[in-house]
Amino acid sequence: MTGDPSAQSALTDTVVPSGRTNKADDVGASQWRVAMRRLRRNPGAIIGAVIVLVFVLVALLAPVLAPFPAEALPGRAEIRPTFIPGPSDAYPLGLDRYGGDLLSKLIWGARASLLIGVLSTVIGLLGGMLLGLLAGAFGGWIDTAVMRLVDLMLSVPSLLLAVSIAAVIGQSPRAIVIAIGVVQIPIFARLLRGSMLAQRGLDYVLAASSLGLSRRTVTMSHVLPNSLGPVIVQATLMLATAVIEAAGLSFLGLGGGAPTTAEWGRMLAQAQNELEVAPRLAFLPGACIAITALGFTLFGEALREALDPKTRKR
Amino acid sequence: MTRLILQRLGLLIPTLLGLSILLFLWVRALPGGPATALLGERATPEAVERINELYGFSRPLHEQYLAWMGQLLQGNFGASTRTQQPVLEEFFARFPATIELTVVALVIAVGIGIPLGYVAARHQGRFLDQTTVVASLIGVTIPVFALAFLLKYVFAVQLGWFPSAGRLDPSMVATHPTGFYVLDGILTREWDAAWNALTHLVLPAIALGSIPLAIIARITRASVIEVQGADYVRTARAKGLRPPRLRRRVVLRNAMLPVATTIGLQVGLLLSGAVLTETVFAFNGIGSYLANAIFNLDYAVLQAFILFIAIAYTLVNLAVDVSYGLIDPRMRVR
Amino acid sequence: MTGSPLLSLRDVEVTFTTEAGSLPAARGVSFDVHPGETVAIVGESGSGKSTTAAAVIGLLAENGAVTRGQILFDGQDLAALPHSATSRLRGSDIGMVPQDPMSNLNPVMRVGDQIVEALEDNGVARGAAARRRAVELLEEAGLPDAERRARQYPHEFSGGMRQRALIAMGLSCRPRLLIADEPTSALDVTVQRVILDRLDELTAELGTAVLLITHDLGLAAERASRIVVMYGGEVVETGPALELLRDPQHEYTQRLLAAAPSLASRRIQLAKVTGLAAVAARDLLSVSHGDGVDAATEGAGGTRTDSIIEVSGVSKVFQLRGKGLFSRTEAFTAVDDVSFVIPRGRTVAIVGESGSGKSTVARMMLDLIPPTSGSITFNGERVGGANRAAEVRFRRQVQPIFQDPYASLDPLYSIYRTIEEPLRAHDFGTAAQRRERVHELMDDVALSPTLLRRYPAELSGGQRQRVAIARALALNPDLVVCDEAVSALDVIVQSQILRLLADLQSRLGLSYLFISHDLAVVRQIADHVCVMQDGRIVEQGTADDVFDQPQTPYTQMLLDAIPGAGLELGVAS
Repeated sequence: MTGDPSAQSALTDTVVPSGRTNKADDVGASQWRVAMRRLRRNPGAIIGAVIVLVFVLVALLAPVLAPFPAEALPGRAEIRPTFIPGPSDAYPLGLDRYGGDLLSKLIWGARASLLIGVLSTVIGLLGGMLLGLLAGAFGGWIDTAVMRLVDLMLSVPSLLLAVSIAAVIGQSPRAIVIAIGVVQIPIFARLLRGSMLAQRGLDYVLAASSLGLSRRTVTMSHVLPNSLGPVIVQATLMLATAVIEAAGLSFLGLGGGAPTTAEWGRMLAQAQNELEVAPRLAFLPGACIAITALGFTLFGEALREALDPKTRKR
Repeated sequence: MTRLILQRLGLLIPTLLGLSILLFLWVRALPGGPATALLGERATPEAVERINELYGFSRPLHEQYLAWMGQLLQGNFGASTRTQQPVLEEFFARFPATIELTVVALVIAVGIGIPLGYVAARHQGRFLDQTTVVASLIGVTIPVFALAFLLKYVFAVQLGWFPSAGRLDPSMVATHPTGFYVLDGILTREWDAAWNALTHLVLPAIALGSIPLAIIARITRASVIEVQGADYVRTARAKGLRPPRLRRRVVLRNAMLPVATTIGLQVGLLLSGAVLTETVFAFNGIGSYLANAIFNLDYAVLQAFILFIAIAYTLVNLAVDVSYGLIDPRMRVR
Repeated sequence: MTGSPLLSLRDVEVTFTTEAGSLPAARGVSFDVHPGETVAIVGESGSGKSTTAAAVIGLLAENGAVTRGQILFDGQDLAALPHSATSRLRGSDIGMVPQDPMSNLNPVMRVGDQIVEALEDNGVARGAAARRRAVELLEEAGLPDAERRARQYPHEFSGGMRQRALIAMGLSCRPRLLIADEPTSALDVTVQRVILDRLDELTAELGTAVLLITHDLGLAAERASRIVVMYGGEVVETGPALELLRDPQHEYTQRLLAAAPSLASRRIQLAKVTGLAAVAARDLLSVSHGDGVDAATEGAGGTRTDSIIEVSGVSKVFQLRGKGLFSRTEAFTAVDDVSFVIPRGRTVAIVGESGSGKSTVARMMLDLIPPTSGSITFNGERVGGANRAAEVRFRRQVQPIFQDPYASLDPLYSIYRTIEEPLRAHDFGTAAQRRERVHELMDDVALSPTLLRRYPAELSGGQRQRVAIARALALNPDLVVCDEAVSALDVIVQSQILRLLADLQSRLGLSYLFISHDLAVVRQIADHVCVMQDGRIVEQGTADDVFDQPQTPYTQMLLDAIPGAGLELGVAS
């Protein structure tokens, strides 16, 4: 054991917050405010946040930014079976197989992909938290039943589970959102339950119970808020997974709609026949997916680090 | 040890039972009902009527389930709606290809991921470490099919170093006693066939293995860093252990515990990824067959394949649990 | 001591480089250890004692370094040697016994093999010879059935057995200096004593010098010939053990001496023998104390003799789930037919080692878990009835204080919100009245109201425990259950909190149930003592009776295990 060099002095038992210099703005900072401050100092978090922000802005401002509407095929006349025109003044990133403007489609695609990613994560988060809360708050047979279901869902590889769910709903973007959302449910449920169980054994929960608070109050105002950290981190990371998996499902043709749909996964799927003629048709949507996922991952990892008391001293 | 295995096998039964119920209900929940699963999307109402009559789809659900289970236990998993081929045959004809692909991908992921993560941890904070951290972060975020495209374009289309599709050149004539083409080539001493099959494996395996590689490298790095700070490592240094023994027997062995769990989890990812990778490389395994079935909504194939894959996945996880018991004495049941 | 010292620290400074800049963890540390001698470094957490020990054996954390001075081992300056050279000294010349036996053994390796590898890498023995030697060493450290034990893994060992294995390991290559860093503080008191005795015998036999790091002045005085007292990274006093105890020069040493429970309980004992009641009164914190020493405060409720809570025939059986899938649950009796009463305004202590069931009793008294059989009656009303109104009434009147002051406060609640919560929960007054009450409570526990908008993470351990006390007192309870309430605190803070508790008791007429493993603390605070072992109360009586005339061998053993029991302290006035 190397003695903690910053531990309090014994004579006066004064406050020295662990390891950090006692700056004025540190006083009265809750766990979340401390985490935000640490995020601001983490380059990974900033890069991640900037990436995410840029893509979100592009998605929101798509009607203003995109030169052409989502489904428009302005260059249809210029397409030949063996030739797809590359970048030009009129089409900065060139055309696709059907004569759509690639830049416009990527911009509209940001909207479609992010929307799918966010909506499905919201479904997964809400559903998972509900199940996790049920299991973590009530325990007993409810817990056992919920965890059995969770184990069962996790016993099928995620993509296959998503495929089977999407197949029931039918080929549409809605099916993809629901499928990916449902696949995330067991992950969030297990995480929240575990986190709640860990909190449950801590003395402050016993102290709260001894105050005569009802079980519901103890769970909702002490146990749950303290269990949310890992769930929020996971949700951020899950946004990356959702964008990638959504692209995978629409790559497999589960998104429905016309082949000209402006959605990154769909565009990639269409591009596979054009790989030798126009590789950019595959690489640019692929890069968009990867960069978006990178943004969410960077931010999520930084958030995890910021909330982890073990790394707090460094 | 035996008890651990038996116990895990015991847990397998309820899992599979639950899974079969879900899959059974799944087909019943399909738009158009189970008849669609047999006849395909464009079945006429008359045909649906006939099938419902013939297979008793109007009987109570639990009777239907028991009848279906009876069929499964006799090895009758139904036939593809498109090709009318029995699903079981189709599965076993293609399974070796997928095993071959995922095993090579896993070997790449483990063989490179663990040393990379270990070396990065030893040089924590320095250039090599930071490069690994960044590279593995990018590795985690690239969609597997996008990477497959990239590899195919650069190394097959542009450079021509590797074939771009299939498991074997069409001109290659070879015998296949096992269905594992590389192994077949070696067994039958058809060396050129073995080599040819291997070159066909390289790109898909790299594409498929890269994400697990990145994940394994990250976990290994984190785990080694954590173990290096553990009290027992400090004590091992205090008792005068020499660095080689310290690294091998104390640090590495303990650091491998979370890595073993991670490797088990990667198998699910590999099976998912195989569907996409095999499609891109026209690699004739269960993945591309499944992708086709998804595309054509061939429910009979989907139902059976998902069950098979879940069984395989569960068995792999069982193996991981058991191997975990081998590394960590605390997991052994006395 | 004559001759040249084996280890000599001269003006050593250790600095840690952190994000916030460089932090000196030890400054100007100088002392000698002669061959075969035991020297103890005593200090609280953060005093730099462990850092100093780590510097000697060359195991400072990555970001730490010796930035000034010399560490002379056998005349050689370790601070100036390259890493490879100091690493050759480790194990063979300087051994170590670490603090926490639970985390210091390699969990995936057989215990015997862990000694074998030390023997091999230090070139002492190889192969079969090394394996034989490992068994001998384990035997020597007092591990029964060493042959079989050597083939087991650490998780199959109890804490005491692990510590014996670590001692065998630390001495395996016959080092000339052994660094023992709080070697027994994680163990039960009775085990502590046995292990320290064995360590003493062994090092004496082998002529090994020992550098003992401890927070317990009593233990240091009992085991070491000389003591180095460290505070805030500096050595404040050095001297022969007894001299230092009888005539402490530095103000800090004096405070430490006054605060150390082991020494306080020894002083009480000596004072009773010599009849110096006033002396004992300084150390006795209980409201009433038996014959001879009856000078201190007689509190508000101290004269009433009715009992606030009656526990009769209470048992708690837990159903443990078996390991296998089909195996049945096993019954485990944690508390077995326990009966006692707490007189109003008094302190009843339950002492016992880990696993004795004392904390389960506490949980049942707080109505957090129901007893399997038996009854608990609070103010004449049975606890744990179905009546919600009675439960709310009970909750207002019985409040807990737990061991870990960090874990017992919700990290997301500000201090104000933490203390206000009970008031709010029981609809106490208006917002303004609650605010006033919170400030009053902060005053009661001697905390500045400026802390109210802070969060638990920003407070020291002692401050957090004061907040926990304020929260417990918010509703004016009659009974406070203190479950190891001072065990996680440094000695001086510990004595401050104990005094605060005693003071609050006499002012507010509180009754305490005081759960502790530490007999020395119990000696100071309790009026009535129950000794628990394996779920049963093996002995109970007034504090004076239990401590002066223990009736069972187990109680006697616990008493003997208090460090410093045999010390000759100067207690005159």
